[in-house]
Amino acid sequence: MASKELKEAFRASIPILLGYGVLGFTFGLIAIKEKIEWYFTIAMSLFIYAGALQFIAISLIKAKAGIFESFVTSIFVNFRQIFYGLSVLKKFKKAKFKSYLIFALTDETYALITTIKPSSELKKSKFYFYLSLLNHSYWIIGTILGVIFATFVELDLKGLSFALTSLFVVLAIEQYKNIKKLTPFLIGALSFVVAFLIVGKKNVLVTAILIAIFIILINYKRQKSEK
Amino acid sequence: MKNSLILIVTMAFANIITRALPFVVFNKKKLPEFIEFIQKAFPPIILTILVFYTLSDIDFSKKPYGFNEIAAIIATIILHLKFNNYLISIIVSTLLYIFLISVNF
Repeated sequence: MASKELKEAFRASIPILLGYGVLGFTFGLIAIKEKIEWYFTIAMSLFIYAGALQFIAISLIKAKAGIFESFVTSIFVNFRQIFYGLSVLKKFKKAKFKSYLIFALTDETYALITTIKPSSELKKSKFYFYLSLLNHSYWIIGTILGVIFATFVELDLKGLSFALTSLFVVLAIEQYKNIKKLTPFLIGALSFVVAFLIVGKKNVLVTAILIAIFIILINYKRQKSEK
Repeated sequence: MKNSLILIVTMAFANIITRALPFVVFNKKKLPEFIEFIQKAFPPIILTILVFYTLSDIDFSKKPYGFNEIAAIIATIILHLKFNNYLISIIVSTLLYIFLISVNF
């Protein structure tokens, strides 16, 4: 019989079931179409378990990127996660399976854990554990279905990887709705163009990130001296 | 193939660092101010960089000068502002893109 914690965690995770299912499926599908081995594709969803990063991983693997570039890119793409951890330090302090909870702290899981208040009779650490585990399994199952679909259904859709571009555009729009400023987007565009002109295609991602950080720090210095 | 494995391990490792770092380092201390500044400023910037990065195979100096990509991106923006639904924005604009490159503009 399923425990109360599991039931409640399942109820809370239903929106993620849909979201991760579809996104995981898309990931599996694109990875296979981009000629990444099926076991690597599934391994990524098991061991990386980070949406945007896994999609970028497809591009990096395809481009035969270097270790340094992949490392720096991953750190910066997921930089925000450092702050997720910070705000759940207390919540996780005495939790069981703490290392798994930390590993599985994706944007959506973080959002759920910080928003939902489990009813008082539930064991919180168990609830968090089931919630994290369920979300992770949706992601993996979605990926596996995408892999199966791409392997057995013959559909050679050239241009499918535009879904990635589109995904990042959509996420950028969501960012814009929050901050209502165009400057960061201009900084991003400028950094990339300059990086591309300097180093060309290889290492362009990490160069663009470093240029952007540099611009941010100049901004930071300026704001501080104005105060 | 060996290269893929190394990259996957690298990225998994880097990802765990970003998730575990606060538990290891900042257990009690407060974050340095400039790190918080970077954190706030960074997401829109990295997303813009990523949009460009996914297009870095496209040669904008040759016909059709990136027309297909730009048209599909504009479609994504319009769809997303209109319907505010991730799936519609991504699926429809991708189908449009597939259509555009298949009719060979």
